[in-house]
Amino acid sequence: MDALDLARWQFGITTVYHFFMVPLTIGLALVVAWYQTRWYRSGDQAYLRLTKFFGKLFLVNFAMGVVTGIVQEFQFGMAWSSYSRFVGDVFGAPLAMEALVAFFLESTFIGLWIFGWDRLPKKVHLATIWLAALGTTASAYFIIAANSWMQHPVGVRFNPTSGRAEMIDIWKVLTNSTTLAAYPHVIAGALMTAATFVGGISAWSLIARRHALADVDRRGLRRALRGAIALTLVSGVGIAVTGDFQARIMFEQQPMKMASAEALCETETGPGLSILALVGESGPDCNLRTWAIPKGLSFLATHTTDATIKGVNNLNTEYQAKYGPGDYRPSLFITYWGFRLMILFGAIASFASVVGLWLTRGGRDLPRWKWLAPGAIAVIATPFLGNIFGWVFTEMGRQPWVVAPNPTGIPEVRLLTADAVSQVPAWTVATSLIAFTLIYGSLAVVELRLLARYIKAGPAGVMPDDSADGGSGGGGTTDDPDAGTRPLAFAY
Amino acid sequence: MELTTVWFILIAVLWIGYFFLEGFDFGVGMLLHPLGRTEVDRRVMVNAIGPTWDGNEVWLLTAGGATFAAFPNWYATLFSGFYLPLLLVLIALIARGVAFEYRGKIDDERWRARWDLAIAFGSWLPAVLWGVAFANIVAGVPIDRNGNFTGTLFTLLNPFGLLGGVVTASLFALHGANFLALKTEGEVHDAARGAARRIAPVTIAAGAVFLLWNQIARGAAWTWATVAVAAVALVASAVLERGGRDGWAFVATGLAIAAAVVSLFGSLFPDVMPSTTDAAFSLTVHNASSTTYTLKVMTWVAAVMTPVVVGYQAWTYWVFRQRIGRHHIPPVHVPGAH
Repeated sequence: MDALDLARWQFGITTVYHFFMVPLTIGLALVVAWYQTRWYRSGDQAYLRLTKFFGKLFLVNFAMGVVTGIVQEFQFGMAWSSYSRFVGDVFGAPLAMEALVAFFLESTFIGLWIFGWDRLPKKVHLATIWLAALGTTASAYFIIAANSWMQHPVGVRFNPTSGRAEMIDIWKVLTNSTTLAAYPHVIAGALMTAATFVGGISAWSLIARRHALADVDRRGLRRALRGAIALTLVSGVGIAVTGDFQARIMFEQQPMKMASAEALCETETGPGLSILALVGESGPDCNLRTWAIPKGLSFLATHTTDATIKGVNNLNTEYQAKYGPGDYRPSLFITYWGFRLMILFGAIASFASVVGLWLTRGGRDLPRWKWLAPGAIAVIATPFLGNIFGWVFTEMGRQPWVVAPNPTGIPEVRLLTADAVSQVPAWTVATSLIAFTLIYGSLAVVELRLLARYIKAGPAGVMPDDSADGGSGGGGTTDDPDAGTRPLAFAY
Repeated sequence: MELTTVWFILIAVLWIGYFFLEGFDFGVGMLLHPLGRTEVDRRVMVNAIGPTWDGNEVWLLTAGGATFAAFPNWYATLFSGFYLPLLLVLIALIARGVAFEYRGKIDDERWRARWDLAIAFGSWLPAVLWGVAFANIVAGVPIDRNGNFTGTLFTLLNPFGLLGGVVTASLFALHGANFLALKTEGEVHDAARGAARRIAPVTIAAGAVFLLWNQIARGAAWTWATVAVAAVALVASAVLERGGRDGWAFVATGLAIAAAVVSLFGSLFPDVMPSTTDAAFSLTVHNASSTTYTLKVMTWVAAVMTPVVVGYQAWTYWVFRQRIGRHHIPPVHVPGAH
């Protein structure tokens, strides 16, 4: 493999890994902030224990997200320096804003939240988790804006002297229609990820640990389960609505991506929506595009039944005329299946929440079916997989471009992935690829082991032993004059 | 003042912020084994930086992001050219960041011992490598007409570069020792003062040779002042430390860090990455920068956000201003610890 292939694998592996943590961090920060607010308002210990329990799981995950995020910012320059030179004038701005506006907020206030128990007034301490959550949610906006610009470059001109893209309007970059469509979709996905996580763990604990749970935790986890089921359903609807909106925009902005996601090889009027096509890795076999929902694809693209949708081969010919000789088709196998698996996994999580809603109807206890506890844990994986397949679809569907040309923009503002890579020896990239893969792999084992340990222990496992630390319960915050001499309520 | 100059200064400010702040938490990590003889002392040390190390590290992300936005060609050449050293920095930062969060999560000696090694390794390595990197940026490296670095890892391991590594490592260790003296009480406090006393001569000697070398080779007239400030600050920190003025000794090493960064950036300007292949290939604030429009936008963002960030980070240090000692460390309470 040459440096280009290695750098692509590296970007894929490190980004997919990073994005296992990110949606959970975004969603769970909001959920934990919500629990703490409920505790603050009601004084109900059940909510305090949920805050601490899911807060601990949140932190185990958060740490991994932070450290793998640094790699993301560095590797644009390390492995993609030609890209960085071409786009830096416009792409660097949202990245710098992300750090200044969002990362500082998130990391500073997470520190205050972790160590601020018993030290900050209750209200201020509650504000710290909300500010940290605001930081994580805001960081997603800036990075989505940066990514959306690669999908649909706006607010720029092309400078023929320097050969690079130059920003002429920051507001157009930050309010790119692609960003406005993608951001709610990503946030809805993050909420579903967190909701399924909380719901799956609560259901598992209520079944598998029912004899070990204190009454207060049984009460808390039942509420957590019901809330999580509701949030999964709502975010599932949100994902569908925003996804539909995004798909229609994508048909206009990146018709090649959507045509290949649908294995639509030749232009058709009123095409059906393919449910199952036998797309081989070697390429599409258009004759095997069977099991189609009549007019479905036309509806997906435009909400009408008789739209003319351009096929992959026709678009390829069009692009060759416009951008010169080359093959402008992405991998149909990956885009077709990435798109479907994204939807499938999101649908499984939504379906599971409907099952959960039925099982807990009218405040019923979960039935003690043997498969229910492991099933609840298994469902946790589905939104994670949906997120990942969504990104694999949208990034691989943009290929061979790293900056896809905007059909209504400046045609010179475009860059092939092959022209984006750094001039570094292949073995250098191979070294970092191997290093990251090994380190990330072993850290994944450690993180999952830790999560499993804390999940098994339940809320009781993270609450300070009331008899041991003078009875403060670690629950509050205080203006006690002795606060300076007592042991810290929280310490590493 | 030209916007490119403003951004050159702002990038320097971000690195000062980064080295001032993460400098001491690197130092704490470097001293974890020599000063933390018992588990409870190690916990005192880790908790002294616990609430703030993550926020400190964001200064690096901001320096990187700001360089990308304001000087894309500098960012591209630097990060691709220094690929392997930056890979090591990344591995180190991953290891120590996870270690802080995970070391106390399982009550097991071997588990903690491994993470403590990750903290030490993850603090030493960047502390050395940032010095090597900056010494080489200032001294120049082989860069071709396309802005690509044409050397190897060994190009960077020249005497000046390695001396730069010794300077940052000893400076951060000293800064960390002063921080621990300021932030802890009891055994860790006393041990930290002893460490500061032993490290200071090394820092002063290495720092003086390095900054003088740089000043004579490529300094501007005004950067003599920064060399003098750095020297006075380092000697003052040693004197203040002996006088038991923990806070002022820490401020003095911080000032020395700031003066050293200003000295390096001052001797660099208007280049950002000089080429030793041909001076015509050097990256400068002009040929490496973004357009005026982008710089203007970023100036507004920085002007609004930086005071806010400095404000709430300062407040964080105020909230956690209390010195901590062994009696503040609660018993281990993790699942499976009973």
